[in-house]
Amino acid sequence: MKIGVLLKEVADTESLIEIAPDGKSIIADRIQWVINPYDEIALEEALRLRESLCGPTATASPEACRAVEVVIVTAGLVHAQETMRRALAMGADRGLRIDVEGLLPDPFFTATLLAAACRREGFDIVFAGKISTDAGWGQVHIGVAEMLSLPHVSPVEKFECDPAFKEAVCTRAAGAGVKEMIRVRLPALIGCEKSLNQPRYVSLPGILKAKSKPIAETNASELGVEVKSAMSIERLAPPPERRRGRMIAGRPRDAARELVRLLREEAKVI
Amino acid sequence: MMILVVAESEGGALKRHSAELIGKAASLVAPGGEVAAFVAGASGDALTRELGRAGADTVFAANASGNDARSGQALAQPLCAAVARFAPDCVLGSSTPFGADLLVRASMRLGVGMASDCTGISVEGEKVLFERPVYGGAAIAAVRLLSSPAFASVRPNSFSIPPAFDKLPAVSVVETVDAQGVRIERVEESEPGMVDLAEADRIVAAGRGIRNAENFGMIRDLARALGATVGASRAAVDEGWISHDHQVGQSGRAVSPALYIACGISGSIQHMSGMRSSKVVVAINSDPEAPIFSRVDYGIAGDMFEVVPALEEFIREMRRK
Repeated sequence: MKIGVLLKEVADTESLIEIAPDGKSIIADRIQWVINPYDEIALEEALRLRESLCGPTATASPEACRAVEVVIVTAGLVHAQETMRRALAMGADRGLRIDVEGLLPDPFFTATLLAAACRREGFDIVFAGKISTDAGWGQVHIGVAEMLSLPHVSPVEKFECDPAFKEAVCTRAAGAGVKEMIRVRLPALIGCEKSLNQPRYVSLPGILKAKSKPIAETNASELGVEVKSAMSIERLAPPPERRRGRMIAGRPRDAARELVRLLREEAKVI
Repeated sequence: MMILVVAESEGGALKRHSAELIGKAASLVAPGGEVAAFVAGASGDALTRELGRAGADTVFAANASGNDARSGQALAQPLCAAVARFAPDCVLGSSTPFGADLLVRASMRLGVGMASDCTGISVEGEKVLFERPVYGGAAIAAVRLLSSPAFASVRPNSFSIPPAFDKLPAVSVVETVDAQGVRIERVEESEPGMVDLAEADRIVAAGRGIRNAENFGMIRDLARALGATVGASRAAVDEGWISHDHQVGQSGRAVSPALYIACGISGSIQHMSGMRSSKVVVAINSDPEAPIFSRVDYGIAGDMFEVVPALEEFIREMRRK
């Protein structure tokens, strides 16, 4: 059984984001690159699925277990290999990087590349984060499902697979605290929400093992994907910044009374 | 110009954020253009009238029943059929879990680009530009779509609602949905009556300073007095004091209420990025040096366990007058 995980490397959310002189991109040389936090949750779920099939309490035969693998697929630049290594150290078996050097992938194009790679791999299930914390399109994983004609459920807070691996039952967060219990046919794509699990830490043996795990490389032309853009970034601008406003002094009750007055008379929001 | 808007309703009533979008669409197409609304399931008379008042000239209703009407995946085909019939320049929906699912599926099926989670739409000459926050709001990107129709999902509370229109749209039914391997078996409300953070007009949020789950009672009381939704920082959610449904920030929800009150929240980069588009921000924190104070309209450096109950008392008093 092959479990796929779509993995993107993103700027750490603590990184200082500076807009480049071209006004369309960011200065990338001082950025700390990490696995997109939601993709880390997707990877954790994939590893847990593998453990449930082949862990200490699992019932699958040793031959069947040898055939179970977790594969990470990334569309990224050369330095994405470092974050991919971290995913291998967490426990994934191998990686596949689609090189995007010289391209400006938008979500549609990225989904096309990833879908082509997934089609070649023939995954039985694909996990992905529900969104990336940098560009935040939230489109790529759903696009991959669409292009592979797979059902998808996203964002998923609980995931349970039947032992025969014919279907899964997911809890989807539909907003306002509403939960949908969804039965989905497999193979499917699962978009992962933060509350799904707590990703494991990378261990030293894991890091050592990861050094010898393979990361294969491919590119658009090898995958037979035509390069085309569905959008252009016309400009990137800093957001309007809120400045330090008024501090309300005084004893707590007096400050509270004054705040209510200001919200009513000055800000006119209550 | 022709714009198709994916409209959401609840209990037969149009959602506020959908009325916003239809109104915005009406202002973008004028004059001589047309706005159509796409709804999941039958459009009852009351909803059709509401869609007309919001600015819709025509309505496409997907033939969906039961939980299929909630499934973005099941509705992708009827939406594509409505696009084929109406031939819009632009397809808009709200960036809610439902809207995101449906618009992305449909745009990918049609092979066109989509700008998601936008906070602004502007027309510059012949170009329609979609503004959206990136890097957790550290920058705003202006995106132009190179394919047609242009798909975009928009954050709730991004636009104001224009005065009511005097329109009565004609309704036509588009094809029946195909659930395609996904079956919504059950829907549960974990907190009946909760307004989603992303749609909330007012939010009272608490962070690490609240100390435990019980103390959230005080925050809920203030929220009730204000008619607000309860929010939380990552710290409070990770401690297990409140569910993830309430988390504001980069690993939670991006919000744009008219009023955001942050209690005992120090103001991490990730939290600030989620609340950045709030119109008026208030912080209450016992640490006068807390970073959040540099980004608020009103700040009280004091003990929230004294300030919050007093706030609730004075708001209730004001409401009685």
